[in-house]
Amino acid sequence: MSTPYAKLPGWVEYGLIPLINLAVAFLVAGLVVLLVGENPFEAAYHLINGAFGRGEYIGFTLYYATTFIFTGLAVAVAFHAGLFNIGGEGQAYVGGIGVALACLWLDQTLPWYVVFPLAILGSVFFGALWAFLPGWLQAKRGSHIVITTIMFNFIASSLMVYLLTRVLKPLGSMAPQTRNFAEGGQLPKLDWLLSIFGLDVGTAPFNISFLLALAAAFGVWVLIWRTKLGYEMRTMGHSPSAARYAGIRESRITVITMMISGGLAGMMALNPIMGEQFRMQLDFVQGAGFVGIAVALMGRSHPGGIIPAAILFGVLYQGGAEIAFEMPSISRDMIVIIQGLVILFAGALENMFRPAITRAFAMRGQRAAAVVQTKGA
Amino acid sequence: MDFFHVLVVLLESTIRVSVPLVFAALAGLFTERAGVFDIGLEGKMLGAAFAAGAVAAVTQSVWMGLLAAILISILLSLVHGYASITQRGNQIVSGVAINFIVAGSTVILGEAWFRQGGRTPALAEGARFQTINLPGADAIRDVPVLGPIYADLLSGHFLLTYLAFAMVPASWWILYRTRFGLRLRAVGENPGAVDTAGISVIWLRYRAVICCGILCGFAGAYLSLAMTAGFVKGMTAGKGYIALAALIFAKWRPKNVMFACLLFGFLDALAIRLQGTPLPLVGQVPVQLMQALPYILTVILLAGFIGKAIPPKAGGVPYVKER
Repeated sequence: MSTPYAKLPGWVEYGLIPLINLAVAFLVAGLVVLLVGENPFEAAYHLINGAFGRGEYIGFTLYYATTFIFTGLAVAVAFHAGLFNIGGEGQAYVGGIGVALACLWLDQTLPWYVVFPLAILGSVFFGALWAFLPGWLQAKRGSHIVITTIMFNFIASSLMVYLLTRVLKPLGSMAPQTRNFAEGGQLPKLDWLLSIFGLDVGTAPFNISFLLALAAAFGVWVLIWRTKLGYEMRTMGHSPSAARYAGIRESRITVITMMISGGLAGMMALNPIMGEQFRMQLDFVQGAGFVGIAVALMGRSHPGGIIPAAILFGVLYQGGAEIAFEMPSISRDMIVIIQGLVILFAGALENMFRPAITRAFAMRGQRAAAVVQTKGA
Repeated sequence: MDFFHVLVVLLESTIRVSVPLVFAALAGLFTERAGVFDIGLEGKMLGAAFAAGAVAAVTQSVWMGLLAAILISILLSLVHGYASITQRGNQIVSGVAINFIVAGSTVILGEAWFRQGGRTPALAEGARFQTINLPGADAIRDVPVLGPIYADLLSGHFLLTYLAFAMVPASWWILYRTRFGLRLRAVGENPGAVDTAGISVIWLRYRAVICCGILCGFAGAYLSLAMTAGFVKGMTAGKGYIALAALIFAKWRPKNVMFACLLFGFLDALAIRLQGTPLPLVGQVPVQLMQALPYILTVILLAGFIGKAIPPKAGGVPYVKER
């Protein structure tokens, strides 16, 4: 029972096993589609077509992916230090305050390339602030980070309802949202990037924060694998006692990791607020913080895995809208199911198929060895 | 007398909203005392509520609805158990997964089967729980003080309400006065010792998870068969997380669980009651602050500012038999 899993080749570990887990998740999702009385293959067709069929669709897919890269990175950074930051949702939500403040303050006087850096700083500041408290409470007071971050999600949601209905709402307006931003608060689209490939972005809000997301992914890679801080984080994640023995200050790493994680989650707010709606409205996060958990699990907490995983979820969100349009009995809630199944099979049950695969590889290894032997004889 | 009347009404609605919290928090008590963390209470409750609403609507029988709720909830618990006990997966991840799967599938299946925007059909009288009037409630209603307390506060609730509050001492008795309970608590503190005594850690934890499923089933059934007549999408609305907060607030003890749930229920009832009415001295309290108060209180408690909440020692750690 307790024999450690044998070492598998890299492509199996990072390629085959996640793919098998993913395939099972989609298989089960297909069964749900069958249960509803629709054709899963038709659904798959609409999914792919809806996500890639046109330049505009690709733009939407990448727009969603941008959001999920941020939240996925946020969860992944915390994972590396052995922390489960389930509060990305709340951190992104509160991060929106920073974006909105920067935009409301300067959008009418300054161009976007001045407002954008300030909005980034604002989102990081507020996101990190919302993660700082759970991190500090875990480090200094020993409260469980999972529970505190869940609580902070709810507190964030109440706080934001309060702010949007009482404070940030313009006078005389009934809708719980800020005023619309002027040009300074609107990010330029990446239409030129898609037009290189001969695609037309159309109305898709695919914007410059995508590049910021890629930069953040690179930054996370540097942080985790090329800096002393990242080394300390990974050490603590692998073995807290070893980290303590090596003189790594656990509480310091916990707080810093959580703030980086929260900052990344906060940056997610840039994409919908400055890139699509040009105002902050209620519930703009729409569960992206939780999608980040699935993305980080699927991407094995590596930026190189998180980007494709985020694009996959972008496909699900955009293609899912198309399915909902074409097949009325499958609403967008199908995405929530798939997301849950991915979390289940790529996360909680990640080792379910490992023994069988390990056995298969051991058998293949033996057979290869036998072939070598017979050839030798 | 007016203040007294308001208080009775307030406490009566406190009891009403506390019931699902009591069931769910007790459910969490069983698994967490056995060393399996469960943030999937929300999902199980929602799944149970849907099963109850759907089956009761089809069969027109409240009991079939209740049974379906319990079965679905146990099934979801077993998925969580399989992932976290047998496969030794991350228990938090598994709980999150269950919450999402249920949140999505209740809407998809509800829409596919009933086509009412994710609702189940409104239940007729026989297909939902009716309030029970305790004997003599009407006779002594006019007696000052005691009358309203008996007639309005204690009488006139659903069967499941009385069951929920009966489950509190029952859970205490099971956990603290039976062999099963002793072993269950031991397995949450030191599974190695239990294993050494020749008792299966795996089977014990599975039984704990099943207990959790049964109780979450009641919680869900209460939502869709008693509190409202039918399932509405997302009707748990975070109650599973409040129950989790209550469980921690109660420091994983049955009696405290009840009081924590009543406190959080009272805050909820008060928030509804106070909407738009200014309080003396403090002025108008934002309703959002009242809604966030259970979570804020739990954070403060967890931080060790109100006593210390010490979770079961082996909580969240899958048991590996030998090294």
